[in-house]
Amino acid sequence: MRFDVVIRVGTKLILPFILLFALYVQLHGDYGPGGGFQAGVIAAGMVILVALTFGIDQAKQVAPQALVQRMVPLGVLIFAGTGLVGMLYGQNFLDYSVLGPVAPSARERGILLVEAGVLVTVSGTMLSMFYAFVERGR
Amino acid sequence: MTAISAQLPALQVVLPLLGAVLAALMRRGTPAFALTLAISWTLPFISGALLYQTLTGDPISYRLGGWEPPFGIEYRVDVLNAFVLMLVSSVGAVILPFAHRSVASEIDEDKHAWFYCMYLLCLAGLLGIAITGDAFNAFVFLEISSLATYVLIALGRDRRALLSAFQYLIVGTIGATLYVLGVGLIYLVTGTLNMHDLSTRLVEAYAVYPQPVLAGLAFIVVGVGLKLALFPMHVWLPNAYAYAPSVVSAFLAATATKVAVYLLIRFSFGVFGKAVAFPTLTVTDLIVGLSIAAMFVGAAAAVYQTDLKRMLAYSSVSQIGYITLGVGLANQAGLTGGIVHLANHAIMKAALFLALGAAVYRIGTCKLNDLSGIGRRMPLTMTAFAIAGFGLIGTPGTAGFISKWYLALGSLEVGGWPLLLAIVASSMIAVVYVGRVVEVMWFREESPHVKGASEAPLAMLLPILVLAAATVYFGFDTRATAGIATRAAEMLIGGLR
Repeated sequence: MRFDVVIRVGTKLILPFILLFALYVQLHGDYGPGGGFQAGVIAAGMVILVALTFGIDQAKQVAPQALVQRMVPLGVLIFAGTGLVGMLYGQNFLDYSVLGPVAPSARERGILLVEAGVLVTVSGTMLSMFYAFVERGR
Repeated sequence: MTAISAQLPALQVVLPLLGAVLAALMRRGTPAFALTLAISWTLPFISGALLYQTLTGDPISYRLGGWEPPFGIEYRVDVLNAFVLMLVSSVGAVILPFAHRSVASEIDEDKHAWFYCMYLLCLAGLLGIAITGDAFNAFVFLEISSLATYVLIALGRDRRALLSAFQYLIVGTIGATLYVLGVGLIYLVTGTLNMHDLSTRLVEAYAVYPQPVLAGLAFIVVGVGLKLALFPMHVWLPNAYAYAPSVVSAFLAATATKVAVYLLIRFSFGVFGKAVAFPTLTVTDLIVGLSIAAMFVGAAAAVYQTDLKRMLAYSSVSQIGYITLGVGLANQAGLTGGIVHLANHAIMKAALFLALGAAVYRIGTCKLNDLSGIGRRMPLTMTAFAIAGFGLIGTPGTAGFISKWYLALGSLEVGGWPLLLAIVASSMIAVVYVGRVVEVMWFREESPHVKGASEAPLAMLLPILVLAAATVYFGFDTRATAGIATRAAEMLIGGLR
């Protein structure tokens, strides 16, 4: 335990930046490479790094298994729910033009919400898989 | 009201999708079951309304996200896919009441909610394949339904369920890959993915680039052939059906392969029909040849099975042969026979698998010898089994006879007596495998397993009886099955070059 002090301190230092980078990739998805999927993987990567350095129990305090398992369907719910809003306003499913006064910017808002759903599902799935693999030997 | 009726095509897919998500969030078996029941019983009404609209009017076109076709994804419902939607959603609804007890006895409690989640997800995927008018969107739904299917199969009690799910995963992925390669090829030469748009644009494209178009057709036929278990691409199917939970076997046998056949029909007649004159291509001879092989090999293999779920699975391979025979014949009567057998086989096979599921629920096994004498203990269930079994043979007075009648007519038109003989001879093998089971169930001494068994509980019995009754009903009143199938076949044949 004494020799991995560099790793442990380094991990602690880098964690917030990983999360920040995930958010950057998430929100910058419309102008550059990125989007919900990539951001979700990066965000999940942060928790996986915690697990590798401090052990799986620490990681489960950051992202409890119950939460992670709920995130998988929750993201899809956000995606589908955004699609349903269009329907409630009398337009077709997934029509985001109703989300604001001006159609193009309303559509952008729709994509933003949908991508948030993707982020939640992807990071949830990544972590569920990681937890499943880690738990196998236990 | 009009607002809702305009949204029906989207709701057909969105409702089960949302239901799947909510079932997963509930995490408890009983509320998830209640939700699944509510949703799966709403779906037939939606597809019924769609079917009614298409029968009385023009095809329905729905623009997803408001984007105009062919740029956006279009849901396009005509008589053919409205019929398939009706079939899939009705079967999904009828067999669900059976699920509650069966799942409770076969699957660990912490996985119940996930089971219903996957059931609805699979339903959403299958309905999506049937409803979409976009070739790539069909691929996405194909993957959704397949991934859900792998999970459903892997939930089986037997350890071999996991292995057969994995086997199906490999084969299914290869199938989906080939399909998407084919779609890619035709996208390359036409620049569109909308099926309706493809059918007209392929005419020009075929004149300039005949090889890529034919290669695209070949990839799609083989890819879909893997998914629908056309002989000799059927090897995944017996294991998958044999080791899956009882409800899953019934559900998949009745819907998954049928939707893949729908894709085959849609592509060979609808998408490629105008461009390449499908009935004149060698591929139809190939399909006919493989179908006949399937009819015999599947039925012959079924005769030698001691596990009855496996027997029914091999029988499915044989029955799918009849359906694809109709597609390969590519004439009005043959195609009608193929489409009507989609529905008839779905009804009969669901009844058979559910009846076995009830036996498994009561006595815990479905080996042939363990079931001897069960007919006297579970008379209603096993009468239903016998009726549906006679349907498989094609006895007059059952739905199976209607399908085979049309197939025979179609065969006479194209291949003459040899084809007709093949249909009759393979039905004779069905007499052997069904007859053998009925004999053991009703006329043998009771086995130790059967002693003390009683009739299945009402919630399980009702779906079985309804399906068996439908087998007989559609043997007499063919307006809903053969009537609509005839119209669908007319539309498909009329759209050919």
